[in-house]
Amino acid sequence: MINKQSNVYTIVYITVMVVIVGAALAFTAMSLKDRQLENADADKMKQILQSVHITTERATVVDEFHRYITSSMVVNDKGATIDGVDAFSVNVAQEAKKNDADRLLPVYVCTLDDGEQKHIIPLAGMGLWGPIWGYVALDADGTTVYGAFFDHQGETPGLGAEITKPQFTDQFDGKQMFKDGTFLPVSVVKKGQAPSDTRDYVDGISGGTITSKGVSDMLDDCLRPYKAYLESLSK
Amino acid sequence: MAEKTSNKEIFFNPFSKDNPVVVQVLGICSCLAVTAKLEPALVMGISVIAVLAFSNVIISLIRNTIPTNIRIIVQLVVVAALVIIVNQLLLAFAYDVSKQLSVFIGLIITNCILMGRLEAFAMGNKPWPSFLDGVGNGIGYTIILVIVGFFRELLGSGTLLGYQVVPQSFYDAGYANNGLMILPPMALIVVACIIWVHRSINKDLQEK
Repeated sequence: MINKQSNVYTIVYITVMVVIVGAALAFTAMSLKDRQLENADADKMKQILQSVHITTERATVVDEFHRYITSSMVVNDKGATIDGVDAFSVNVAQEAKKNDADRLLPVYVCTLDDGEQKHIIPLAGMGLWGPIWGYVALDADGTTVYGAFFDHQGETPGLGAEITKPQFTDQFDGKQMFKDGTFLPVSVVKKGQAPSDTRDYVDGISGGTITSKGVSDMLDDCLRPYKAYLESLSK
Repeated sequence: MAEKTSNKEIFFNPFSKDNPVVVQVLGICSCLAVTAKLEPALVMGISVIAVLAFSNVIISLIRNTIPTNIRIIVQLVVVAALVIIVNQLLLAFAYDVSKQLSVFIGLIITNCILMGRLEAFAMGNKPWPSFLDGVGNGIGYTIILVIVGFFRELLGSGTLLGYQVVPQSFYDAGYANNGLMILPPMALIVVACIIWVHRSINKDLQEK
């Protein structure tokens, strides 16, 4: 009979266990990786399409994405196109941390069924508990919001997490990004209040103040470098 | 212990008389976090049932080999590994649900019910009763989560599983959703109400 209280037994036991568990986890992760990446990409496509009010199913999302998103490009803060970079693979959250001048700014051009063109801009920022992100679709002239989509990693259900709901996102439709020729991104403010300048605004979420503020900051921060690009659209 | 209680009792006791939430008062934290809406509460319950059942069986199978001085570590490793596998499977096959539950799946690891059942039951019983015990306790936990989620979503948002149930005419007549129901304190108050009702029915549970 082995002495189960001995140090040697304990160490051998824990080593064997860690190796077995490690192997099992590595195997699970490796064998599911492709599916997970596919899901993540499909989810991103679904989110992009949702900003132009197109709801898709998991099965059809890839085809729909390629049908509606007719082109995509990466621009810099001067509005010039940067060649050789795939817009879909740009990590927006990473880019948002850089100086405006160094950022890679992806733009997706969407052609709707009626032939109208929309420009979709990805956003990334911080909520209360973790990252939040979204997509804003602008009309062909780059001034009016056509639709918006937001998502989050771990905001509180029923509070901050409400930014994903149509009740919140639909408020953005028709808001202006330019006021009298000045570039002023839409802001999110507490219900009943208004921002200090003339910019367009939407109501925040009661009980989700910090997340709402995060959305507002994200719009400000991520749309600012697109100023030159958007101005070039309206000319 | 396994000889004294029948498998039937092992399975059904946690539903009411020995409910992990309202009698043993375990797993209250996740009861707070995931019950603002009914759907996450349901999926969370199912995930806990799965993890609890399998970790109970695994621990029960290896219970005679575990060195006693590191048994908690061994239990934690088994639970953590299972939770990660569940999370990976959800990411691969139920991406939307896994996004909704986000951090809460990971938090199953810290759910007191798991450690409680492993330590109190699986360490001293055969695999089959342990499996029943895990499923039973998981269901007991899910029942409470679903009840709390039901009331919080109905009164807090006027919906159930995302569908509008409170008719528009109610709102027109001046009815308003109770925003407090969505906030965490109401989860505790609802749980307290359930305990109150539960103890009024089961008089033998009342403390002197």
